[in-house]
Amino acid sequence: MADAAHDDHHDHGEFIAHHFDSAEQQFDSGKLGIWLFLVTEVLFFSGLFVAYTLYRNHHPEIFDQAHVFLDKYLGGLNTIVLLFSSLTMALAVRAAQLGRNKNCGIYILITMVCAAMFLGVKAIEYSHKWDIGIFPGSLFALNYQHPEPTMIAGISDYLIWISMIPAILLVLFSVASIVGLLTKKTVFSKLMLGMAITVGGYFLGVFAGYSYMEAIMDHGDESHAAVTVEHDDQNIHMVSMTIDDEKSGAGHDGDHKEGDHAHAEGDHGHGGHHEQAYDKHHPDPKSLSKDVKIFFSIYYCMTGLHAIHIIAGIIALAWVYWRCLLGHWRTDYFGPVDYVGLYWHLVDLIWIYLFPLLYLID
Amino acid sequence: MIWQFPTLTALQSTEALEQLAIKQRVIDSSLGGTVPEYVLERKIETSNPFNQAYWFPEQASTYAESVDSLYMDIFFISLVFFVAIVAVMVYFCIVYRRKGGVIAPQPSSSHNTTIEILWSVLPSILLVYMFVEGAGTFWEMKVPKTDSEEIQVIAYKYGWQFIYPNGDTTSELHLVQDQPVVLKLQSKDVLHSFFVPAFRQKQDIVPGRYTTAYIEPNKAGQYRLSCNEYCGDGHSKMRTACIVHVSQEDRLANTEWKKPEYSAWENGEHLYKIHCAGCHNINSIAGTGPALNLTWNREGKTAGGEAFKANETYIKESILYPSKKIVEGFGAEGSISKMNSFKGILSETPGGDIDHVIAFLRYLQDPDSVSSEKLKDLPEEKPAAAE
Amino acid sequence: MVDKTQRNKIFGTPETTFLNHSKGFASWAFTVDHKRIGIMYMIGVTIALFLAGFFALVLRSHLFSFDGQGLPFYGKLSNADYNQMFTLHGAVMVFSFIIPSIPGALGNIVLPMMLGTKDVAFPRMNLASFYLWIIGTGCLLAAILFGGGLDTGWTFYTPYSIETDTGVIYATFGAFILGFSSIFTGLNFLVTVNTMRAKGQTWFKLPLFIWSLYATAIIQVLATPVLGITLLMLIAESTLHIGIFDPRYGGDPVLFQHFFWFYSHPAVYIMILPAMGVISELISVYSQKRIFGYSFIAFSSVAIALLGFLVWGHHMFTSGQSVVMTLIFSAITFTVAIPSAVKVFNWLATLYKGSILLNTPMCYALAFIFLFGIGGLTGLFLGALSVDIHLHDTYFVVAHFHFVMVGGTLTALLGGLYHWWPKIFGRMYNDTLGRVSCFLVFVGFNVTFFPQFVMGARGMPRRYAQYDPEFQIFHQISTIGAFVLGFGILGAFLVLVHAAFYGKLAGANPFKAASLEWQSSSPPDFHNFTHTPILNDPYDFDALVYDEELDTYISREFADPAKVPPRKEPVHH
Repeated sequence: MADAAHDDHHDHGEFIAHHFDSAEQQFDSGKLGIWLFLVTEVLFFSGLFVAYTLYRNHHPEIFDQAHVFLDKYLGGLNTIVLLFSSLTMALAVRAAQLGRNKNCGIYILITMVCAAMFLGVKAIEYSHKWDIGIFPGSLFALNYQHPEPTMIAGISDYLIWISMIPAILLVLFSVASIVGLLTKKTVFSKLMLGMAITVGGYFLGVFAGYSYMEAIMDHGDESHAAVTVEHDDQNIHMVSMTIDDEKSGAGHDGDHKEGDHAHAEGDHGHGGHHEQAYDKHHPDPKSLSKDVKIFFSIYYCMTGLHAIHIIAGIIALAWVYWRCLLGHWRTDYFGPVDYVGLYWHLVDLIWIYLFPLLYLID
Repeated sequence: MIWQFPTLTALQSTEALEQLAIKQRVIDSSLGGTVPEYVLERKIETSNPFNQAYWFPEQASTYAESVDSLYMDIFFISLVFFVAIVAVMVYFCIVYRRKGGVIAPQPSSSHNTTIEILWSVLPSILLVYMFVEGAGTFWEMKVPKTDSEEIQVIAYKYGWQFIYPNGDTTSELHLVQDQPVVLKLQSKDVLHSFFVPAFRQKQDIVPGRYTTAYIEPNKAGQYRLSCNEYCGDGHSKMRTACIVHVSQEDRLANTEWKKPEYSAWENGEHLYKIHCAGCHNINSIAGTGPALNLTWNREGKTAGGEAFKANETYIKESILYPSKKIVEGFGAEGSISKMNSFKGILSETPGGDIDHVIAFLRYLQDPDSVSSEKLKDLPEEKPAAAE
Repeated sequence: MVDKTQRNKIFGTPETTFLNHSKGFASWAFTVDHKRIGIMYMIGVTIALFLAGFFALVLRSHLFSFDGQGLPFYGKLSNADYNQMFTLHGAVMVFSFIIPSIPGALGNIVLPMMLGTKDVAFPRMNLASFYLWIIGTGCLLAAILFGGGLDTGWTFYTPYSIETDTGVIYATFGAFILGFSSIFTGLNFLVTVNTMRAKGQTWFKLPLFIWSLYATAIIQVLATPVLGITLLMLIAESTLHIGIFDPRYGGDPVLFQHFFWFYSHPAVYIMILPAMGVISELISVYSQKRIFGYSFIAFSSVAIALLGFLVWGHHMFTSGQSVVMTLIFSAITFTVAIPSAVKVFNWLATLYKGSILLNTPMCYALAFIFLFGIGGLTGLFLGALSVDIHLHDTYFVVAHFHFVMVGGTLTALLGGLYHWWPKIFGRMYNDTLGRVSCFLVFVGFNVTFFPQFVMGARGMPRRYAQYDPEFQIFHQISTIGAFVLGFGILGAFLVLVHAAFYGKLAGANPFKAASLEWQSSSPPDFHNFTHTPILNDPYDFDALVYDEELDTYISREFADPAKVPPRKEPVHH
């Protein structure tokens, strides 16, 4: 080893673990390790993909009936968000390889914001399903009448409950950032600020999703009776209720127990509007196979597991971000960014498979 | 060399034998009638493990013999290999043992590709033999003869119910010698497994689906029948007897038959699940055929444009001659139905299977419109349902 | 080349070792040293072994009489309690003992040293693996303490596992965690072997134990995640009734079996492959012969690992899967027999013209060949379709896999412990007592399990709390054997524990073994080697010479050139 290199070694040796001979060996080991880890991740998901394939083969009708409850535009938005985050992740890795910690940090931050935004949109999707009783497994009780008592100011209380955690985190991170600033702990303050911005990404996602849902509702309100053709074209329906549904539902609510919806229509001779509500995108619960809940079981398992991976990804990214702030990355030491990047691309890739399999059936 | 077990009688205590005798009497008395001389399956004719009778219970089905002979073939092949391996090992350990702490291995080659290939390939030939023999007999076990009697078997925690073609049931399995039988196995709760060692036949019973087991008993006697898949606390109590009678008459006369415990529509549901559920749903969604919960009293058009009303006559006709009046939109090419005729499969007699299916279709539309009286409480000849 | 002081420093009795390198609870609990983690694993799996062994003795006592009256002094066990006993016996043995035993205990200690490196690639992950093992085993045991026991059988077959009111969720969560423990170990080994071999140590200079651990690690990494997701789905099924496995909600119980065996059949090879690796080492060292057919043994490990992924369906011949699938699975199952047989033949050929030392580890190795021979050959009965229909889920199967798992893996583990014990603790055991323990294990084992073949063929189903009286005599023999086996295993461990504290000093290389770990002092230094070990062929025993002063074997390079005898055989590969 040349003298210069030797000095160098002394300088950055802090990042070479004692049992490795060289930086190359350490990097190669980490790289092989992360690839093997990704293999286990793929196999972990493969169980669910196999279950999906089998049930789709055995019960194609369930998938046909159930996929209309998923909104492909929200799914598409999430796909774009994740693809974009993969791009910024790749840029972050490049910046780390060049030792540009600041650029790397910015890209990582954007990646984290995208990840959180993905979760925000997911929260909109989940909460709307729960509003109409699409719960996993035996809790499944599809019922368009359900939401009224649980809506707070027009917003699903499920959404509010889910958002409680990010809201608390947002406050904590902001306070921590300010405290850090005051106590002159710059890196800590910046890290907390970054985390607060990340959590902000969640609310960005919620906002985007919510605005979209509002738009559908308005649209549905105006054109429900008249423009059925447009329905087919736009295929817009997350199964949300139209405003009218809500109102008329409130009228029945006192008289009927949950699940009595179908009878309610008949009894009140009020069905004109409701029968329209059971269009292609708002199927009559009675017409659905009782096994549609299996689709949602698979849906929740797959997307839930994926969401857990996103959260784990955010934590890993935060760690990388922190080390960006500490200025750890050098042209000869950037392994962790690379490894987290590979993981992030896999999480993205899994979504690329989930999206068509769940949302784009037909 | 070979481990020889003492025969049963030599070591079994007298008390245990007495208890055994009591247990036998309990089983015998529950059977009634003249079962051919009680066959004690553990009959150990030999204490010689080279004889298959040492390893196996009675052979009571057509394929039992080939199972046993393959077993014995593998036994001898394994024995040759095993004895050779152990003998070589012991021989080497004696001849080449380290003497006086002096490490003095003699020079010898550490690889020899020819010998490696030889001892990889030669045993493979034996493996092919085992596979082919095993697969052949397995095929025989799986493909029933066409004149087989069909018996429904319902396994539950913790017992068995055997339903014969005439609807009667028993809690032991009664078969007739040389009469092939196909068992349709269902479970009411968890996994069970049907196992009669004397037949060398075993089949898991999976809730939510049907499995089948084919047997051709060829020796009259009484055999053990047990649940072989763990099913809970009473798993080991899920034992009963399988009695093979010498003739059909003998079976009829010497069996304690139980009348069915279910009503007409329940039997109809049962038949629906067996015969119809593959193509007809009961959830309003058309499968290969129309949904059956919408069928009763439905008015519609046939493929030929003829109007019909789905009353008893129409349904019975459609079950027996499916191509006569196909509902619009369901036939295959031209006027051929995709459905097979159930003539000879479902009984046409008044109060028979087809009437039960009709009762089930009516029940699907209005549960109150059909009687829930148990079939066993009804008079033998029930008047046909009113038109 | 090397002066005497340095030689004595390297091979003599060391002053500081990894054992006394640092003291106190924290120095063990938070260690990232592979040897210390290995020892903690060793203690852990031994506790699991004795716990599960205790359950085994309880259930064998119960089966002493056909009506469940048990042994005279023992009292009656209810059917429910019996079911819990066999379930816990199976679950703890499989998930907490056998799977982590050889890789976790022996592999952890020996693998990096065989590669001449300081540690595994990811030491913290290695420690995490051990803690996951503790948490996972804790969850399994929590099923007993808080969950009302566990009575599903170790296979957790649905829908019974969903219906039962015992602690299935605790136990499945435990098995899930243990799965990750296993993945971490496997991943670590794969990376370590790939990137951290000593300079010049090519793949074909690796000891066969490394090859077998490598093959095992492939299975651990590829199969275990499937178990993980399956168990998660099972938990979701029991809590939310998601309708994947439960027929009442539209699910398919056979799908669970497919998923389960897709892991659990390869898991059988996770259990037996490391054992085969240990035996390859022992046979070679104690006959002082280069292993016969090195490449065939090495590739047979990989072949077994890969074929192991294609045969899971042979656990389901009676489950109602299609006839064609059944035929295919049966055919592939037979192919696994070939690489297994190749190993046995090669071991025998290694003995030929050797200089065979019949000490304790070698006795275990020979016992392994005997017992694994029976275990493997009885597998042929179960691979043959028609015969398997009769034998499936009877005591024949129970006997078969105990011959492989206990007669194979446990025997190899004990042999391996006796082989590497002087290296790990620097002290020698009492060889006579060791051989007595081996004899007890061998005899006890055969008496326990041989009668079960006869019972099984005669139609005795497994997992029966009460049984037909005709089988009683076999059960009684089996129970007596189980107690002998239990005492044998207890004795084997007592001899080892005694040796660790009171044995006489062993020296760096008492057995004249040639793989790299023997070039360290006994016990090894904290960093494994105080010098760069001299890379030689792991089966070139002539590279070692006896050093009178140190009373041990050392590399020729370190020996006094005047006293070194000439080379006997040319070095070749």
